[in-house]
Amino acid sequence: MRTVKLSQQALDQWVAGLIRTQAVIGVQAKGDRFEFAPLGRSSDLRLDYDVTILPPKMFFQPAREPLLAFDGAAGFKTLLSDEPFVLLGVHPYDLVAILQMDALFAADNDDIHYRSRREKAVIVACDVQSASPNGFAGCMGTATVSQGFDVLLTRVADIYVAEAGTAAGAALLADIAKAPEADAVNLARREQVWQDNQKLLRKHDLRVSLKELPALLERSYDHPVWEEKARRCFSCGSCNLVCPTCYCFDVQDEVGWDLKRGVRCRTWDGCLLKDFATVAGAHNFRKSRAERYRHRYYRKGKYMPEKIGQIACVGCGRCISACVSKIANPVEVYNRLQEES
Amino acid sequence: MARAKEAQVTDIYRPEPATVLQAKPVTEMEIAFAFRLDSGRELGHLPGQFVEISIAGMGEAPISISSSPTRKGSFEMVVRRVGNVSGAMHRLKPGDKVGIRGPFGTHFPVDGAMQGKDVLFICGGIGFVPVRSAIQYVLDNRKQFGRVTILYGTKSPAERLFCDETVAWAKAEAVTYIETVDRGDPKWKGSVGVITTLLPKVKLKPADTVVIVCGPPIMYKFVLIELQNMGLRREQVYVSLERHMKCGVGKCGHCQINGVYVCQKGPVFRYSDLTPIPEAFR
Ligand code: SF4
Ligand code: SF4
Ligand code: FES
Repeated sequence: MRTVKLSQQALDQWVAGLIRTQAVIGVQAKGDRFEFAPLGRSSDLRLDYDVTILPPKMFFQPAREPLLAFDGAAGFKTLLSDEPFVLLGVHPYDLVAILQMDALFAADNDDIHYRSRREKAVIVACDVQSASPNGFAGCMGTATVSQGFDVLLTRVADIYVAEAGTAAGAALLADIAKAPEADAVNLARREQVWQDNQKLLRKHDLRVSLKELPALLERSYDHPVWEEKARRCFSCGSCNLVCPTCYCFDVQDEVGWDLKRGVRCRTWDGCLLKDFATVAGAHNFRKSRAERYRHRYYRKGKYMPEKIGQIACVGCGRCISACVSKIANPVEVYNRLQEES
Repeated sequence: MARAKEAQVTDIYRPEPATVLQAKPVTEMEIAFAFRLDSGRELGHLPGQFVEISIAGMGEAPISISSSPTRKGSFEMVVRRVGNVSGAMHRLKPGDKVGIRGPFGTHFPVDGAMQGKDVLFICGGIGFVPVRSAIQYVLDNRKQFGRVTILYGTKSPAERLFCDETVAWAKAEAVTYIETVDRGDPKWKGSVGVITTLLPKVKLKPADTVVIVCGPPIMYKFVLIELQNMGLRREQVYVSLERHMKCGVGKCGHCQINGVYVCQKGPVFRYSDLTPIPEAFR
């Protein structure tokens, strides 16, 4: 595949060209923070961002997503999104989270709703330029990526190196046919960025090896930390909401004015919320805050690894920033277990 | 924008239409339904499995199938009024349409561990519903199984389900049927007491018996202890767990007990397989 170099100006022109021809979602400022949103002008793109408030999962699993339309009692029709788009500026850790979602939505039973959005997306990843205050991707092996992107942008000195990872990515770069190939110096500098980012993205230092995390959790089920931390948990679900690897959902019917037609919608849900495991008839199978609090750490560090062979925390640090009680830091919890069990 | 796609795509969330053949109140809280898929195909379930039933505008609910696949032409459910969907189901009449997804989940080992064995069924309350499917299956394939013992407990006599059928079972060859209620009423002449009080009355060959247990969460603890006292190993016992099975297809996360998806690896589990899963009995 082609690896080219782009000046800031060439990059701007390329992005402007993309915006002219297709739907582009890109990182931009929101107050003093950042978000993924439809990109209107190339000058709004902020590839120097540290982390976005919400991860890009909403473009593959929207917070409210119509799955089916119904008309009367039994006429259910599948609703699928058919809009292609370019997702611009995804950091490596968020890309890893998307690849995990790909595996989970496809596993056992293929989810056509997720897949149809995913297949229509072209992902332009971008190596991190400024570290967020709570990121620890360097500890999770997700500070950089070598695959899964359609295009990877890396800022080296005052230019960008752009590498196509797939045919779709190559097609996107074809628009800038005149861009020169990246030379050995550019590539060596890119290598340096990757090495630096491994160190830069360690605002919290995980002292447990990733391989040992499931076994550590296996023997920590009754550790006092769950009860202790959960005492300050509001069951607000923010840690689920902001997490790029949380994808649990609820499904609800919305009925139209005629009480016959409507849509069945999937909405985000979170295992920290009080009634997540409550059945009709009101028995709650995860009644205590501590049980719900513990479940999230086990899901990330043990249950998902058992299913997909990877830790389902990519170290974005969003949960740490989002939790008003300051109890949602996975590194703190895992390190404490490492010391005490 | 989301656009409607016709039936050619495989959508794990899209129900298929079915018609209510029968809706018969059986207790104050429960209605017994019979359905047929509009496509004409058999549901193709095994005893212990469940379906997601849709009432458009109200949503979906996981409901276990109460009839045996040996009885062709329709499938049955007994639905207690507990939530929005089951509440709406209580207004259904014959001829009405519903949506069905499934069958989902694991089944009682009628085609495996139960073959050639004596079978002890222990059911509490609404837990009788999925087990009835297995009992029918066993009685319809009588030669494949040994002695059948059925223990059934409810809170009160009025809450007992399938009364006509249980009377017939009680008379059948090589079948023992015993019922009990927590509290009797003036007309009640049978046993009074929780279900574990029936166990000492049962004569069984521990080495040759498979046990099926299904009931409210509280029941399991006591019954399982009692079974171990009677010399039954955990490997011989099967249970069916209730959880919030929202999607039925291993995605939504609601049904998890620790790392296990009850909608896929359950609802029927071999008891010994649940030992490393602390959330199984809550
Ligand atoms: S964000 Fe913090 S307070 Fe809110 S549910 Fe998560 S751990 Fe609890
Ligand atoms: S658990 Fe926290 S740090 Fe890990 S991926 Fe989720 S939000 Fe990011
Ligand atoms: S019911 Fe949704 S994952 Fe099991």
